[in-house]
Amino acid sequence: MSAALALGDDALVLSHRLGEWAGHAPVLEEEVALANIALDLLGQARMLLSFVGDEDELAFLREERSFRNLQLVEQPNGDFAHTIARQLYFSVYQHLLYERLAAGEGEFADLAAKAVKEVAYHRDHAEQWVLRLGDGTAESHERMQRGLDGLWRFTGELFEPVEGVDVDWQALRDGWLAAVTSVVERATLTPPSGPQSGAWAAGAGRQGLHTEPFGKMLAEMQHLHRSHPGASW
Amino acid sequence: MVTETLLEAELHRLAGSVPDPELPVLTLDELGVLRGVRVHGPDKVTVQLTPTYTGCPAIEAMSADIERVLHEHGVAEVSVVTVLAPAWSTDDISDEGRRKLAEFGIAPPRHSGGPGGPVPLTLSVRCPHCGSTDTELLSRFSSTACKALRRCVDCREPFDHFKEL
Repeated sequence: MSAALALGDDALVLSHRLGEWAGHAPVLEEEVALANIALDLLGQARMLLSFVGDEDELAFLREERSFRNLQLVEQPNGDFAHTIARQLYFSVYQHLLYERLAAGEGEFADLAAKAVKEVAYHRDHAEQWVLRLGDGTAESHERMQRGLDGLWRFTGELFEPVEGVDVDWQALRDGWLAAVTSVVERATLTPPSGPQSGAWAAGAGRQGLHTEPFGKMLAEMQHLHRSHPGASW
Repeated sequence: MVTETLLEAELHRLAGSVPDPELPVLTLDELGVLRGVRVHGPDKVTVQLTPTYTGCPAIEAMSADIERVLHEHGVAEVSVVTVLAPAWSTDDISDEGRRKLAEFGIAPPRHSGGPGGPVPLTLSVRCPHCGSTDTELLSRFSSTACKALRRCVDCREPFDHFKEL
């Protein structure tokens, strides 16, 4: 159950963050793209959370400490480059992880086999934008670098083993680092070199410890359901 | 897969003739999302449906439409269940479905070949308006999750492309 909760919460929380771009994206095509990616993630979240229990109760009635998502996905959107950096780090991770799950025979193999094809598009979207912003103007280059640097310290947690997810975590980490480094270098950017986590942060999201912006996000996400229990459209 | 009985085949045809709620030129059968129909007893039928994308909101409308059509045909109890495996692919869209998509102004998906199959050629996407193969990608995501937005370099018209999955 902890595995479905961890992977489901990753998808749910990132879906909500991407949904916050509605009405604010820099161009119409991106408005549509980010909403489409959010929709894919929401579909994955619904299926994963349904393994655990009632999807609505889990999404809207849990307290912050009961969420098992990575701290990376709960980070605020920032500017567009910041969001793209988060997309790069997460979609490469999710793509590599789901590829492995799809090849196995675990509980999530069917779902992963389906979702991995969607996630391949998310990853491609993020990589194309990193290349375009990094190798673009001085301003876009600087902002893209800032986004990559700012979120780097949340990437160590991606490779904390999740109970019930049977993959080679070290190989996943190596594959992720090689893929991210390759894109970042092609984009004429510098791969961040600082620590991927502090002792305070390692695996914290998976244990229910979250960063300050997450509580505010949850308040907005859960407010309607909690104020009007049982309401429907 | 277990062979369908005559009654099941008949109900499969009925359910399969339901139009897709977002691409009404296609039937569910042509889209390749209908996985099977089972009769469990008098007036009790289960229909297996697979989503195109995990988050596709159309699946609820599809289920409701299938239930309505089978109810109208006299089946009292219809349950539509969602199955994930094997995952849906754009290769499941029939040739007739592809023809209708192009006629509707949506460039059909190219064949992916599937895992283990021969390495597919990367063919260009043909403009559904003027037929030119000189087209460019504007965005990987378009009006629905299953489409990408392209533009024809020759006639300059933008068009949707049912992207390969």
